[in-house]
Amino acid sequence: MIAVDKIYLDNAATTQIDEKVLEEMQRVALENYGNASSLHSLGQNALEELEKAREKTAKLLGCKASEIYFTSGGSESNNTAIKGAAGKKLIVSAVEHPSIIKTAEFLKENRREVVFAPVDEKGIIKLEELKKEITSETALVSVMHANNEIGSIQPVKEIAELCGEKVLFHSDMVQTAGKLEIDLHKLNADLASVSGHKFYGPKGNGVLYIKEDTKLDALIHGGGQENKMRSGTENIPGIAGFSKALELAYKNRETEMQRQEKIRDKIIQSLLEIKKSKLNGHEKQRLSNNVNFSFFGVEGEALITMLDFEGIQASTGSACSSKSLKISHVLKAIGLDHIWAHGSLRISLGKNNSEKEVEVALEKIPEVIEKLRKMSSVKI
Amino acid sequence: MYSEKVMEEFKKPKNMGKIKNPDAIAEVGNPICGDMMKVYLKVKDNKIEDVKVETFGCVSAIATSSKATEMIKGKTLDEALKLTEKEVADALDGLPPIKMHCSVLAVKAIKKAIEDYKKKQLCRNDL
Ligand code: FES
Repeated sequence: MIAVDKIYLDNAATTQIDEKVLEEMQRVALENYGNASSLHSLGQNALEELEKAREKTAKLLGCKASEIYFTSGGSESNNTAIKGAAGKKLIVSAVEHPSIIKTAEFLKENRREVVFAPVDEKGIIKLEELKKEITSETALVSVMHANNEIGSIQPVKEIAELCGEKVLFHSDMVQTAGKLEIDLHKLNADLASVSGHKFYGPKGNGVLYIKEDTKLDALIHGGGQENKMRSGTENIPGIAGFSKALELAYKNRETEMQRQEKIRDKIIQSLLEIKKSKLNGHEKQRLSNNVNFSFFGVEGEALITMLDFEGIQASTGSACSSKSLKISHVLKAIGLDHIWAHGSLRISLGKNNSEKEVEVALEKIPEVIEKLRKMSSVKI
Repeated sequence: MYSEKVMEEFKKPKNMGKIKNPDAIAEVGNPICGDMMKVYLKVKDNKIEDVKVETFGCVSAIATSSKATEMIKGKTLDEALKLTEKEVADALDGLPPIKMHCSVLAVKAIKKAIEDYKKKQLCRNDL
């Protein structure tokens, strides 16, 4: 890793690209720069790179190569899945990424029936309520594999079973690809979204998995690339980088995730020692790299900025930090009241974080909270 | 997003905390994002001898609390009442538009505290 003088604890937002990935992208961009639709040999070489990447990706995700569609990332994959499924009723969980929530709201405004399925206070979907909502009118259910803010892992297997053969099941796997084992066929999902920059791949590259024989409308029409599902000249260097990054992530997955989990639990233990603090999300059913805390009486934007002064990069779901000045819909869905939501801090680990860095952060965080609490009009 | 001046002010905010036995207190809340601010005044000879503020809010809320209180310290009550939100924003080289709603709170709280003080004085004179 190229050293930067910062402690980057925001890997759920994005990651630093792996140098090996960058090398692979450069190789493809310089050597096989042809258009995969061209008939000449440079075009055909590019096509070969494309199909190689597709096969590699399919193998890693447990599906067929013909079921992998390359996109510009998680938001496009999610939009295509949600908008592309015909039918009357959509069910999406209340804690989905904005690229699902906002798309669902858009469809609702356009006279589709949309239900936002509730979660419990740990952020796990309420299966019984979901089951009640699934009717003969339901076209699609979308529940993410794990939540980007609070890290809660959803029971996707059970959800896929609830959906059965009649209802399409889409899962946003942006936070879990490369981190959890994914076997799309075994899971029996119909649609799934993945994004490359969350696992040290390039930004602007993702995948939509579409199970064979699933009927879905395209979002982008044109030259008919990606089996008519996604027109536009393929970003083959990016696609090659994507598949390389996924390969690297899975190569070392188990040991790396165990390592991060240990660090995660250490952070949780340490932050629980701060007075009036609480962990958001599930204790056990959570991503190995996610910590989400609330500290009563401090505000998140101020907290993040002060941590930044100390070189620590993290994020928050506070209302003050959002463009809408509303608290994060995820923190709202798990029932946090606004003072607790104000003081939320997300730490998301990555492969480049050392234990030493985390130790430094764990020294600074309580100091910064103490400082802000001294200034605060809300006393603990 | 923020100007350098805002960041400096936030890094080393002035007048944070409480005053024991203050002559006036005012608390204001912001219904938009939910932040809160409390101002304490010590008044002597019609002048603001000391002012302290407690803020539960964002960078902008804290920076404007600091700046606004600095701007009124030592001023007469009437001078302090003339302080405007714009003057505070200008002193900080401007604020992002989305942050205006909380940046006006400091001035509001100060005015409320002064009015509160004046009212108390009137009552006392009535006695
Ligand atoms: S205190 Fe909420 S936006 Fe400033």
